[in-house]
Amino acid sequence: MYRQMVLIRHFEEHAAEAYAQAKIGGFLHLYIGEEAVAVGALAAARPTDPLLTHYRDHGYALARGCDPTRCMAELFGRATGLSRGRGGSMHLADRSRHFWGGHAIVGSHIPIGTGMAYAAKYHRREDVVLEFFGDGATGNGIFHEGLNMAALWKVPVVFICENNLYGMGATLAEESPVKDMVIRAEGYTMPARQCDGMDVLAVYETVQAACAHARGGNGPFFVECLTYRFRGHSMADPELYRDKEEVQRWRALDPIPRFGARLVAERLCTERELTAINEQVEQEMLQVVAAADAAPVPDPATVAEMIYANPIDPAAPVMALGAAPPPAPAAVLLGE
Amino acid sequence: MAASTYREAVRSALREEMERDPDVILLGESITGYGGSYAVTRGLVEEFGSHRVMETPIAEAGIVGFAVGAAMGGLRPVAELMTVNFALLALDQIVNSAAKFHYMFGGQWSVPMVVRTVSGFGQLGATHSQSFEGWFASVPGLKVVMPATPADAKGLLLSAIRDPDPVIFIEHSLLYSTRGPMPDDPAALVPIGRARVARAGTDVTVVAYSRMLLQALQAAEALEREDGCQCEVIDLRTLRPVDYPTVAASVRRTHRVVLCGEDWRSGGFGAALLAELQDLCFDDLDAPIARVAMRDVPLPYARNLEQALLPSSEQVVETVRSLL
Repeated sequence: MYRQMVLIRHFEEHAAEAYAQAKIGGFLHLYIGEEAVAVGALAAARPTDPLLTHYRDHGYALARGCDPTRCMAELFGRATGLSRGRGGSMHLADRSRHFWGGHAIVGSHIPIGTGMAYAAKYHRREDVVLEFFGDGATGNGIFHEGLNMAALWKVPVVFICENNLYGMGATLAEESPVKDMVIRAEGYTMPARQCDGMDVLAVYETVQAACAHARGGNGPFFVECLTYRFRGHSMADPELYRDKEEVQRWRALDPIPRFGARLVAERLCTERELTAINEQVEQEMLQVVAAADAAPVPDPATVAEMIYANPIDPAAPVMALGAAPPPAPAAVLLGE
Repeated sequence: MAASTYREAVRSALREEMERDPDVILLGESITGYGGSYAVTRGLVEEFGSHRVMETPIAEAGIVGFAVGAAMGGLRPVAELMTVNFALLALDQIVNSAAKFHYMFGGQWSVPMVVRTVSGFGQLGATHSQSFEGWFASVPGLKVVMPATPADAKGLLLSAIRDPDPVIFIEHSLLYSTRGPMPDDPAALVPIGRARVARAGTDVTVVAYSRMLLQALQAAEALEREDGCQCEVIDLRTLRPVDYPTVAASVRRTHRVVLCGEDWRSGGFGAALLAELQDLCFDDLDAPIARVAMRDVPLPYARNLEQALLPSSEQVVETVRSLL
């Protein structure tokens, strides 16, 4: 878990650098400061549990074990990117790792995860769907529609709210009448628990309990992780809405040195070993950036491909779909 | 040859697909005990159970989002949105989720789902009488179907449910009680993306879909009777992708074309169709492309005011005459 958090931190720092060099375009939302949430939560779940996140999604992809080079290549807009250069920073996804995407219309993925959980229950799979979103999403109607349905149909989903105190530039007090997001769950009779999102073990234990509840057929569970992003909302954010002292206060809670100190104090690890992990990860990241930078851009001739799984050309002879359902879209060929 | 109402045709497509494929589920508002606002799903919950015919909260965006997720999880959901007016609440899920995922995530998965919804009017007032097929048809990633006959309603719905992509299937409230012949093979599919020549003719091509097909066919009879004019009437059936080859082939023979729809004239589906046909057929045309569409007015309640706005067969007749 320590290594994963370091991996995310270094990945994000390199992404920020590449953004400054204009190798990454559009929006770039960094996960720096919130690493304990993705790492602790995903360590507590099964690797086959479907994962859906908000657009600040790099940390989840890495914590799920997605190839860092393909993650970076997606940010660079390359053909080898996780989403083949069609998604970008906000739309990483890796079906082979049950990562069903970063979603960028705030809250929109909440009923989607609920529907996936219903399908898991319908097919008697043991999956628990993990849905991550921010405090800002709880102001959107779609959040409430998704929670209502999940509670109504008792589907196996764990809703995990990353409360980082800001919905972009709006403070929590400006966007919500309740300070604690767990209160939102009460209206849906959904059990909920709040935890320290800067403590990877606290997140791990809380999400472990939540997954056990949902996997046991008891319906959804709501987790609130109190966390903070050390950087701006996106690279374009001048951060006029929060003072530097507040940022410093939260930086003192940085989940990486905090967990490192605990590992050393409990004699599970030495300072030297932690330093070695940091150095190894940094070396790896240098290779990741170089490989992503060397990856081919998508072929413009393919720009209109993949809009449909079953493209229909009215000029072509009729193809009978026949009695059998079309093949599942599981097989995906990579390359341009 | 057996006959069926449009309503029964839709219901039988749903029932047969549910029998054939245990992954097909239905969800929507008041579709169980009530039987659906237009009684399409009546009896299905008794037959298939509430885990496959799901009563939902009144939450259109949630319904479509849930269906997107259910499709990603391996089901074949058919979501009913009571009317196309309420579908506006679900536009984000339709446009930003269902239509985008296959492309945006690099082809890793598709969203095999159907949104069934209803166009129409009948003194329902300004918020319940609109036609938005043009909006949906403008979105790459969606397929949009609008059947006019019971046979097409069934055959196209069978195709839509089996299709691996999201399909917006728009029925019409004033067609539910119409009757029409059904094919001998009850499992016959009607392919998405194929128009049908509903009436052969040589003088003018009239392109219509959904309820306007009936208006166009009536107009064609009147024009034959009163003017000796032979209209070729094309039922578009699918609005995305449009079967331009069939329409263009007809215009090459008739050299005149009238486009009929019930949505607003400005920015409506007919406007997009017109622009594309002008590109495809300009050299074949002997007259400007003409349209029958709704005036740009919100639908009023009073019967006479509403009647004054609705595109009619008389308007089709007048528009065809203006081209001759």
